[in-house]
Amino acid sequence: MSRDNTLVSAEWVDENLDNPQVVLVEVDEDTTSYDKGHIRGAIKLDWTTDLQDQVRRDFVSKEQFEALLSDRGVANDSTVVLYGGNNNWFAAYAYWYFKLYGHQDVKLLDGGRKKWELESRELTDEAPSREKTSYTAQEQDTSIRAFRDETVEAIGVKNLVDVRSPDEYAGRLLAPAHLPQEQAQRAGHIPTAANVPWSKAANDDGTFRSDDELKQIYSDAGVDWEKDTIAYCRIGERSSHTWFVFHELLDQPNVKNYDGSWTEYGSLVGVPVALGDEAGEA
Amino acid sequence: MCGATTGGLSLDGINVAKEAIIQGVVTRDGQPVDGAYVRLLDRSGEFTAEVPTSATGQFRFFAAPGEWTLRTLAPKAKTNDKKVVAATGTVAEVSVTLE
Repeated sequence: MSRDNTLVSAEWVDENLDNPQVVLVEVDEDTTSYDKGHIRGAIKLDWTTDLQDQVRRDFVSKEQFEALLSDRGVANDSTVVLYGGNNNWFAAYAYWYFKLYGHQDVKLLDGGRKKWELESRELTDEAPSREKTSYTAQEQDTSIRAFRDETVEAIGVKNLVDVRSPDEYAGRLLAPAHLPQEQAQRAGHIPTAANVPWSKAANDDGTFRSDDELKQIYSDAGVDWEKDTIAYCRIGERSSHTWFVFHELLDQPNVKNYDGSWTEYGSLVGVPVALGDEAGEA
Repeated sequence: MCGATTGGLSLDGINVAKEAIIQGVVTRDGQPVDGAYVRLLDRSGEFTAEVPTSATGQFRFFAAPGEWTLRTLAPKAKTNDKKVVAATGTVAEVSVTLE
């Protein structure tokens, strides 16, 4: 993988608006954003209802994912191009999710919705219509998904990368600052985790920094490129952004996203927690 | 719980006494700017959050006590940086004027 086959530019999307092979998909944290205007032809996936089990805290099953994509008109050989707000947090999450279920050809619009808007490109409120398909997903590829036990075992062994803001890492905030802070779980971070906010990987316009800059940023933070890596954040969306950087842009093998993230870890009984700006001891 | 706050949302159900709120409005030539991007940077200049403004140009953050910088980006506008101090139990109101 490299940015040539995982990222597309706004110009590329503009040129491919009528390409039947390409399915544009908007995924936003603010799930009403699409309805206020989206790129022409884009379908919407709602991360809270379409991509999450509505009873347990987990993803939808393979069969549910197949039914979802079939209904929305995504085929197995479609080129899926994801974009969204918040610097592609949830688009990157959906990217990782499509990979988890084995979709081959998936790309991110570099810079996401913000880049598109800042360039004053066209948005429409017209609903697209796509023929239904018969989509077949693969079993979950758990080589890219970390669960809590392996995350606890990774303390002091693997690279743990906490991609939340420094204040969330240190325990001064419990959620990104555009959300209310009142939460049940403990504040802080997993001991030995390096704090490299996801935003370090992005320019102000939301596009990814160059490979050389990215390598430097994580090396400076103490990431050992010889080790396996687990990235986490609060609910696993910002860490999908960093997973994308490690696995798709920098071609690192053995990189997992811990989607349980701090809302799970910070509620576990008996696990070690570090407070403050230092990584802490294993 | 994760709906992005595009400013001007109701504070119903939020315990304001426990939050250090920063909110305000982005204007250009006296008119509210819809769809500007306001980023919250911490005291080291590190990105902490970002929201698009609402149709009425409004934005809101739930910060921690301390000094913050608001960086506003909008199409065809100069990037605007503005310092603000947040304190628990208060709402810091900020006006951002774009050129």
